[in-house]
Amino acid sequence: MRMDIFLIIIGAALVTFIPRVLPLMLLSRVNLPEWGMRWLNYVPIAVMAALVAQALFIQDEHFSLSSNNLELIAALPTFWVAVKTRSLLGTVVVGMISLMVLRFFL
Amino acid sequence: MNLETARIDSHAAPEHEDSFIKGVKDCLPTLLGYLSIGFAAGVVEKTAGLTIPEIAMMSIILYAGSAQFIAAGMIAAGSTASSIVITILFVNLRHLLLSAALSPYFRHLTPLRNLLIGSLLTDETFGVAITESAKKNKISEKWMHGLNITAYLNWILANLAGAFLGQWISNPEKLGLDFALPAMFIGLLVLTILSRSKYAMDIIVGLIAMLIAIVVSLVWSASMGVIAATIAASTIGMVVEKSK
Repeated sequence: MRMDIFLIIIGAALVTFIPRVLPLMLLSRVNLPEWGMRWLNYVPIAVMAALVAQALFIQDEHFSLSSNNLELIAALPTFWVAVKTRSLLGTVVVGMISLMVLRFFL
Repeated sequence: MNLETARIDSHAAPEHEDSFIKGVKDCLPTLLGYLSIGFAAGVVEKTAGLTIPEIAMMSIILYAGSAQFIAAGMIAAGSTASSIVITILFVNLRHLLLSAALSPYFRHLTPLRNLLIGSLLTDETFGVAITESAKKNKISEKWMHGLNITAYLNWILANLAGAFLGQWISNPEKLGLDFALPAMFIGLLVLTILSRSKYAMDIIVGLIAMLIAIVVSLVWSASMGVIAATIAASTIGMVVEKSK
């Protein structure tokens, strides 16, 4: 294994590991105030919405709301299936197939 | 306070704790997502010139889809080691928030046991866990390990499969493989909102987060976009909920 690649992987693993475990380890010792709990309650919604927005609206570092943004079009049936079926697997499958079909025909 | 309520108030040992196997089962709906994203990451890593042992090491000790895609891309582009590590640090800072959001459910555990839970935390296992917590108001430690370890093993397998087969797949985008990750986030977002029945606030917070994420990503960077959107939108949600 190449030394530089080895060091990159070790470094990347460390900076990924620490943010994963630190809050769980520390916040289990300290009691959060009520407003802190309320704040944390919205974190998952905010993180996931932000990641979805980046995936759908940003193409090549530019904002895209045009009809050739196939990801955005594929997101419509994906959202619909998520709401209707409440199935994660169904959502992922419909999402991938939608985009595959769009790319095939457009 | 009588003994009965004292026992319920403390977080210790709930009577019907979900098992490890239940965690494995609850991970199953996410597996296709893991397989396709892990597979796609393996293909990208292989085409970036990484060897099979290097890809194996990456999926075993790094274990983060976004980070592995970034590492592969930057290694292929000849970036320096320090710039790669710093970029990955920023992208993965969001784990601070996920880990903090889960911490109330594992307060009764020792730091070492919390470390074991956190070390395999991903966006997907977090999404499944927080959906579970919205239903039951608690998360079992064994269930969490079942969920985490199933996801972890699948990721490693998918990554290696992608690395082995990568040489014959010239264009993974043609198969929609790259949409597995966004589709999974869409599913997790919708499921989380539907499970907690405070739709209006959740949708407002979600839309604000999307707006901030887009603006900050365009003027600054994608990883700062996620962090800024999370902090700002959660704060707005907290303040508005209080004032209602």
